[in-house]
Amino acid sequence: MPRVTVTVDGITYQEEVEPRLLLVHLLRERLGKTGTPVGCDTSNCGACTVMLDGKSVKSCSVLAVQADGSDVVTIEGLGANGSMHPMQRAFHEEHALQCGYCTPGMVMAAIDLLRDTPEPSEEAIRQGLEGNLCRCTGYCNIVRAVRRGAQEMGQAVKSS
Amino acid sequence: MIPAQFGYTRPGSLAEACQELAADEEAKVLAGGQSLLPLLRMRLAYPTKLVDVGRLPELAGVHDRGDHVFIGAMATHDEVLRSGVVNADCPLVALATATVADPAVRHRGTFGGSLAHADPAGDVPAVVLALDGVLVARSADGERDIPAAEFFVDYLESSLRQGEILVGVKIPKLGAGWGFHYEKFQRTAQAWAIVGVAAAVRRSNGAIQESRIALTNMAPTPVRAHATETALAGMDLGGEVRQACAEAAADTSPPGDLHAQPDYRRHLARVLTHRAVRKAAGSV
Repeated sequence: MPRVTVTVDGITYQEEVEPRLLLVHLLRERLGKTGTPVGCDTSNCGACTVMLDGKSVKSCSVLAVQADGSDVVTIEGLGANGSMHPMQRAFHEEHALQCGYCTPGMVMAAIDLLRDTPEPSEEAIRQGLEGNLCRCTGYCNIVRAVRRGAQEMGQAVKSS
Repeated sequence: MIPAQFGYTRPGSLAEACQELAADEEAKVLAGGQSLLPLLRMRLAYPTKLVDVGRLPELAGVHDRGDHVFIGAMATHDEVLRSGVVNADCPLVALATATVADPAVRHRGTFGGSLAHADPAGDVPAVVLALDGVLVARSADGERDIPAAEFFVDYLESSLRQGEILVGVKIPKLGAGWGFHYEKFQRTAQAWAIVGVAAAVRRSNGAIQESRIALTNMAPTPVRAHATETALAGMDLGGEVRQACAEAAADTSPPGDLHAQPDYRRHLARVLTHRAVRKAAGSV
């Protein structure tokens, strides 16, 4: 079986994997990173979104062998010292979740959007999150949360 | 859903990858995997082995080659739509690529993978057809150029032979005076086009001198709307344009599926072609 080396949330792992093992299953079942859920399993919903070498990907549509040598950040790697990432906090404050199933993917997609667009308009947020589906809270609070998270992240950058 | 078992190899060179494919007719090329992996998970395909070409340097990047832009087969959609040379010299490619799926899929999905997959509902094939792109394929026997008009053979079927790998695509630069638009009709934000229209229009002295129009999802392959192209030549942007665009569904054989029946797709082709041509002509 192929042997892969991946760094996930700052820790490097070496795993022997079947070629057909999906990245999301590596994360959840081998590394215990269950913060990343499997949603639709058809690359539509975006619930399984993680960062792969700094860019958002749907981890149900990447093979673990394709991630060999890569750096992965999941929702579990965002917070530091027990406190939430500003974007996570913004989702909490703005009530941007109800069942929470889409939230890890939403937060990762939102952070990805801000790489290019640190102060996104409402339209840019809606476009940037087009690959992430929410089926309960709705998008209004999510859009508000992303704006708030963006502001707080911007301030964090300015004050650091 | 977990795919059936398959082997995996990541060759270190293009020549090695060609050998791997030539040796096993049930092997498949793995690029970004954004079309192939869903097929495998749904068990609609059972390759013996995946030959991962995603990291081959020979297939990477977008390059300015003077009279054409060369888009490496493994350039991701995200790379393509951000490319300076693409936006300057073949902006229709960027316009259509920006509508492909969503940002996360565009980070992984590749330009060459979309073409080799030959899905008539994909956005990139119609654009390459409209722009008279030339696809470059490599095998152990050497390299050959395949005009886009000969590349798409049938539904999910290209003219690539066993042991051949798509290296990239040459997109001719059209020069000044051309305007472009990609008009896409879809049910939800990230969905495939129910119908799409790629249009390039050259205007001078207020009239359309020349146009190139290709349709997404109107046949088992992307198709050119030749009847409309001919009818538009020399035409002012008056009312006749709509009549010329009403020819857009001629010589098509659109599919019927849960999104639309063939007659509705023909209607869409006419309406969307009119919109695409007007927007392309207005953007000059």
